[in-house]
Amino acid sequence: MAFDSFGAFMVMGGHGPYVWACYFVFFLLMGATTLWSLRQRRFVIAQQRRRMDAAPVRDSTPAGASFTRIDPSRD
Amino acid sequence: MASEFRVTLRSPDLSVGVATAMKAVFLRDVKTAFRQPQDLLNPLLFFVMVVTLFPLGVSPEVSFLQQAGSGILWVAALLSVLLSLDHLYRHDFDDGTLEQLVLQPQPLFLLVLAKSLAHWVLTGLPLVLLTPVLGVMVHLEGNSVAVLCLTLLIGTPVLSLIGSIGAALTLGLRSAGVLLSLLIIPLYIPVLIFGTGTVMAASEGAPVAGQLALMGAFLVLALTLAPFASAAALRISLSNS
Amino acid sequence: MWQIFHKLGSPKWFFGIASTLMPWLLWAGVAMLAVGIGWGLAFAPQDYLQGNSYRIIFIHVPSAFLAQSVYIMMAVAGLVTLVWRMKLADVFVKSVAPVGAVLTFLALFTGAVWGKPTWGTWWIWDARLTSMLILLFLYFGVIALGAAISDEKSSARAVAVLVLVGVVNIPIIKYSVEWWNTLHQPATFKLTEKPSMPPEMWVPLLLSVLGLYLIFGWLACLRMQTEILAREGRTRWVKELVQAQGN
Repeated sequence: MAFDSFGAFMVMGGHGPYVWACYFVFFLLMGATTLWSLRQRRFVIAQQRRRMDAAPVRDSTPAGASFTRIDPSRD
Repeated sequence: MASEFRVTLRSPDLSVGVATAMKAVFLRDVKTAFRQPQDLLNPLLFFVMVVTLFPLGVSPEVSFLQQAGSGILWVAALLSVLLSLDHLYRHDFDDGTLEQLVLQPQPLFLLVLAKSLAHWVLTGLPLVLLTPVLGVMVHLEGNSVAVLCLTLLIGTPVLSLIGSIGAALTLGLRSAGVLLSLLIIPLYIPVLIFGTGTVMAASEGAPVAGQLALMGAFLVLALTLAPFASAAALRISLSNS
Repeated sequence: MWQIFHKLGSPKWFFGIASTLMPWLLWAGVAMLAVGIGWGLAFAPQDYLQGNSYRIIFIHVPSAFLAQSVYIMMAVAGLVTLVWRMKLADVFVKSVAPVGAVLTFLALFTGAVWGKPTWGTWWIWDARLTSMLILLFLYFGVIALGAAISDEKSSARAVAVLVLVGVVNIPIIKYSVEWWNTLHQPATFKLTEKPSMPPEMWVPLLLSVLGLYLIFGWLACLRMQTEILAREGRTRWVKELVQAQGN
């Protein structure tokens, strides 16, 4: 243990605010990135479900009059 | 009729040599640019105005201007090249010339190189020619002005070449101008550092041959690599539209 | 060999592999980071020159290290996108770029805060901090270009070109910034360069670097899975997966 007491550990010989601010921001941003990524995933799954619920019939119908998008070749 | 035109263009016999094609592209760009002289003039006016802002905004003192002058001129030149980049491919893209250029049998990167060089002759070179006047206005000494012109002479083609990549990548996008600056400014930083650093060393009486050689190396690197990236980016942007 | 390569390119195959890997990556990463940081904060000896402020190193160096290697990884993926047109490579670039930007920002922030007790000011135009700032700009460019092009294929290839151009420039930027720094302020003492670091300092440092790498791996897998779900919504396996996940 490099420190005598918990108080000394928090103060860090006068450098406490700098050290703890860095660690705070580090965990804050990493946590925020993780939460954001998890939310995004949930959102995408919900979106796909909604899309599937909205158009389940069209998938199963045989293609009678379907329009296919053609990409004309450029050369 | 259009298809006939294409057939003649795509005929595999390279009856038009690479050098001839490059020359044609180069001359065409220069000629069409002179039909709209305002587009040529605007970057130069911008250059002069940005330089004017610094004595007004910071300080007109001789000591400050002498110290910061080379940096001010370099930043202003960089920004005005950046401003003019949007025009590099825009007109050709809008009227379909660019698609024809891509279809030519000659390698695209060489045609892109010709276009970049034309861009430099139309924007970078006039900036260099204007620099002595502005150099006197910011109280640079004779030797510093000469070195500054030399660094700009070597550095502005690098700006045009790197810029052509950004212009090709942002072709046909909305708000292309701001995006272009965002992509390109970080890549301009080394040129800026060495450009101003060389002038500062010269003003202190230090030898500058080494730095100039290094800037020459940047130019060679940009000449060899940037056209490839630019050509690849052009193909991507054209397939997108 | 080629079979593996083709498999690697298949989003479905990747999705499965990622799902099995992710818990391991996350928990091993969290454990290593916790040990590294705990050790570094409470047990590593005090630095004789900088006092306790040096304890920021245990997050500054991992962030900076990872920020740079993420860009390199993106460049490799960009090359794969251009040469083999592998979809997964672009999924990687798109998913990872924001994480890289966050890590670069963290490296900058911790560097600046560390500078306050060491140099007396929040910001110094130090070579490392400045090149980190430029790296952040490069990340912003990649993210902005990716967002600006709506067509998936063009966006993938344009971003790949940009990342490759950037990676060619990184050594040049680093070199020129270092040269510029010696020109303007000779011999400031550097934050992290030490002639020799005792093992009580570098072992926790190594642990936290590795830990953050693993956590990054987890984040990358998670975000890539999301991207795949969004892109491959029309395929049957994604439909089945979404159905199974939701219930």
